[in-house]
Amino acid sequence: MTPGLVPPQGAVHVSARGWGWRHAGRKAFAARHLELEITPGERVLLLGASGAGKSTVLHGLAGVLGTQDEGEQEGELLLDGAHPASVRGRAGLVLQDPETQVVLARVGDEVAFAAENLSVPREEIWQRVGRALDDVGLALPLDHPTTALSGGQKQRLALASVLAMEPGLLLLDEPTANLDPDGVLEVRDAVVRVLERTGATLVVVEHRVAVWADVVDRVIVLDAGGGILADGPPGTVLVQEATRARLADAGVWIPGWRPPVGGTLPSSGSGPALLSARELAVARTRRGPAAVEDLAIEIRAGEALGITGPNGAGKSTAALTLGGLLRPRAGTLVAHPGLAGTAGSTPHRWRSPQLVQRIGTVFQEPEHQFLTASVEEELTFGPRRISDTVDTARIAELAERLRLTHLLRANPFTLSGGEKRRLSVATMLATAPRLLILDEPTFGQDALTWAELVTLLRELVDDGVAVLSVTHDADFSDALGGATLHISGGAGRLVSR
Amino acid sequence: MASSPAVQSTARGTGQWRVVDIVVASVIAVAVGVVFVGWNVGYSGISVITAGFPPLAGLYTGGWLIAGVLGGLIIRKPGAAIYCEVLAAAVSALIGSQFGVSVLLSGAIQGAGAELVFLLFLYRRWNLPVALLAGLGAGLALAISENILYNALWTFEFKLMYAVLAAVSGIVIAGLVSWLAMRGLARTGVLSSFAAGRTADL
Amino acid sequence: MSSSYLTPVLTGRTLLRANPVSKLFAAVVITVALMSSIDWVSATVVLGCELALMPLLGISVWGLLRRIWPLLIAAVLGAYGTALLAEKTGDVLLAVGPVVFTEGSVAAGIAVGLRALALALPGIFILLTTDPTDLADALAQKLHLPHRFVLGGLASLRLVGLLVEQWETLGLARHARGIGSDGSVVARTRNLLGQSFGLIVQAIRRATRLATAMEARGFGGGTRTWARASTYSPLDAVIAVVGLVVAVGAVTTAVLAGTWNFILT
Ligand SMILES: Nc1ncnc2c1ncn2[C@@H]1O[C@H](COP(=O)(O)OP(=O)(O)OP(=O)(O)O)[C@@H](O)[C@H]1O
Ligand SMILES: Nc1ncnc2c1ncn2[C@@H]1O[C@H](COP(=O)(O)OP(=O)(O)OP(=O)(O)O)[C@@H](O)[C@H]1O
Ligand SMILES: [Mg+2]
Ligand SMILES: [Mg+2]
Repeated sequence: MTPGLVPPQGAVHVSARGWGWRHAGRKAFAARHLELEITPGERVLLLGASGAGKSTVLHGLAGVLGTQDEGEQEGELLLDGAHPASVRGRAGLVLQDPETQVVLARVGDEVAFAAENLSVPREEIWQRVGRALDDVGLALPLDHPTTALSGGQKQRLALASVLAMEPGLLLLDEPTANLDPDGVLEVRDAVVRVLERTGATLVVVEHRVAVWADVVDRVIVLDAGGGILADGPPGTVLVQEATRARLADAGVWIPGWRPPVGGTLPSSGSGPALLSARELAVARTRRGPAAVEDLAIEIRAGEALGITGPNGAGKSTAALTLGGLLRPRAGTLVAHPGLAGTAGSTPHRWRSPQLVQRIGTVFQEPEHQFLTASVEEELTFGPRRISDTVDTARIAELAERLRLTHLLRANPFTLSGGEKRRLSVATMLATAPRLLILDEPTFGQDALTWAELVTLLRELVDDGVAVLSVTHDADFSDALGGATLHISGGAGRLVSR
Repeated sequence: MASSPAVQSTARGTGQWRVVDIVVASVIAVAVGVVFVGWNVGYSGISVITAGFPPLAGLYTGGWLIAGVLGGLIIRKPGAAIYCEVLAAAVSALIGSQFGVSVLLSGAIQGAGAELVFLLFLYRRWNLPVALLAGLGAGLALAISENILYNALWTFEFKLMYAVLAAVSGIVIAGLVSWLAMRGLARTGVLSSFAAGRTADL
Repeated sequence: MSSSYLTPVLTGRTLLRANPVSKLFAAVVITVALMSSIDWVSATVVLGCELALMPLLGISVWGLLRRIWPLLIAAVLGAYGTALLAEKTGDVLLAVGPVVFTEGSVAAGIAVGLRALALALPGIFILLTTDPTDLADALAQKLHLPHRFVLGGLASLRLVGLLVEQWETLGLARHARGIGSDGSVVARTRNLLGQSFGLIVQAIRRATRLATAMEARGFGGGTRTWARASTYSPLDAVIAVVGLVVAVGAVTTAVLAGTWNFILT
């Protein structure tokens, strides 16, 4: 071997031999028949439809899937020839949701945590902490509280805390979900910087391929039915006609292609006004500062509207206020008779059963809204609040179109990230409200479910429903059309198309 | 392909605590500890009502015993009842309890009462009768320690009456309520990493 | 309930600098001394010392009262209960039907009330002057408690604090799903119970995920190092000695005054 080809010190070799994992309580294997060799230092983008088992593979590689009680394993998954759980610390995993993985109260301690667990000597821990924070560009004092961080900062913190382990294998599960477009690039560049310095092996899962296509050496596409659908350099897998067609069929996003959507591009609202806001100021808490002030917006039946803006700008707060959940800080928010019916014109005074029939709000965090123990109960829950007879045909159709049918008996909390998102949207569609407010409805979706979701929403708009969506997904805004309220710096600006 | 046992390296005798056991036990304990603070304040109110006949307050004591019984029922590992009860007590002491640091001792004693029952069944049985017995064990432990530490100046008959009422409270509030809570939690699916979540008859 | 209870604003700079172990030690010896006897002299001595040390907490009298009023009420009620139930020795002070207070029983009640208050205050001292992370560091490094449990406890303390904040969001989410908090008292109570249960479900859910995140960062092994050393300083010796002096002083005074009343006799 020539010196240049010697694998970087510490990078991990991954091999999977017929590996599979079935979660306890599930009939189907989450991932199966996996045959893989990843050489040290390789940078791999792992793709696959939502629910194909990408997160499961990453958990397996990090050695955190658990024991026999938590599931059944097939075949072998090895890091440098050893079981992942026996070499903890070699692989560092950033979970799908940065919010839920913060362990400690201060930024410095949080980053140091992993190094402490690996028995790194004290002086070196602090060197590593400094370096990891530098690498991800998080310039905060070490005693900064971990609660007071924006979405993008949390994502960087999660990355830094794993980097402090100096892992030979870096595993990232949708590290840029929910970030604004600038944040996406910043986080990606941080990862690239680190890899250049450490030479670690990388496996990153992400639905939006374009972000990573230029910086990885290899793309591996998981087949939802088990095994691997495609494997090779991005220049081949994502470019060759034959593989492109196969990937498109499987619902993988490929650069330069947008899945075909049904329905028609909604025309700008011509229906009666449903909700109008004037000089509206919105705030998350009773006494805290207002997030956005002086918003003016009118939502008409049969209209799609978007809300965009950087992380932390106040989009979700505005959406919750428009949805009648938060009390406006100032200004007026009036529901017109077309929406309010008999319920009075101030949405935040409506009782819950009145609200669900009129406005359906999908929260940014799907788990907050799950109330029952199975997907099926979850879907019928809303309709039951409204009437005694549930339109089972509609529920079945929704489940079918959003690819939830095979999960009807599953527990909502055990779904994959994308499946949870779809379920939370479906629960709101099930109650057929006049106004739908969706907070990041498409994050974590593969191309097929994305297209189905867009089609569904277009149909609803056609039927006279108003759809307001908070989103970082430009394709989605384009596909739904309509005006956009751009929020940043505490103010909103309406951009019409 | 034959399934091989998953990850052998994490030692997993019945007695070994996994990380998830520790964190979930702690969360249950801390959550109950926060509730204790409210329960403590309520105790002051209850004392006003039972002031005519203070041993009646024994009926209220079961609430302080939930952490141990519930923790034991969910985690099913040796020491879980004591750990949860002590941590819950510590949290309530830190937030401000009229019993101060001494609750650590009370917590350990009460947790031991429940733990002893689980031990008697060799950490193998987790049904309703065992839960009720654990509540009883915790209630008796509480009664004995309270009678020595706080009610020391009461006359013997009052102490006895207090013990009987505390035992009843332990059975009903700590035993029954914990068992129902365990079942309810199991039904939601959040306990899927625990034996409690898999074996409960759903 | 606000989460500020779980992550209080720390005050009392001097005590904040001390190692939590020394504060814990002082609190424990004082508590042991108080608990060994029920008499008004030892309780008064301890209570007096505690009040004298209050300025170290660095909060106003009002701030303190807002925090400890439930403790005051509890102490008064404890005193009353004992006055009613203790042996009726001495002259009868008040007798209404079966309710009889005598000199002896009232004295016993006062002793119990003072003792309860004196017992409660050390917890407040620790709460207001101790950072939970420092406490965990000290418990694991100085007292050698098992680190997995100490850190698990610390992580969950933080998690529950966050969840208390999440309460509001959960309420909004339930409202959006059609089961909000309106309607009759019964409906409200049912909703409150449902929401509390929902919060516990989320707590366990997040704990499970947090455990995975911790394991993914190498947590759970037999040994680990500590980024921050928990150290003792002369201040800690002072705190320990003050604790001992208060405890021994209380016992001695009570024995000399002849009121010492050991609970196990
Ligand atoms: N803890 C669990 N218990 C039971 N089933 C699970 C669990 N986690 C995931 N699953 C199931 O395993 C399958 C694969 O899930 P996984 O999270 O690996 O998918 P994914 O490819 O990451 O999807 P997404 O892109 O939506 O995040 C899904 O059907 C999911 O419902
Ligand atoms: N539960 C909460 N309590 C208090 N403040 C909050 C809460 N959630 C968000 N905030 C704060 O309110 C402001 C607006 O947050 P919001 O969630 O509306 O932003 P956003 O535009 O939706 O951001 P993102 O794109 O990251 O979702 C931010 O400064 C945020 O820190
Ligand atoms: Mg996933
Ligand atoms: Mg948001």
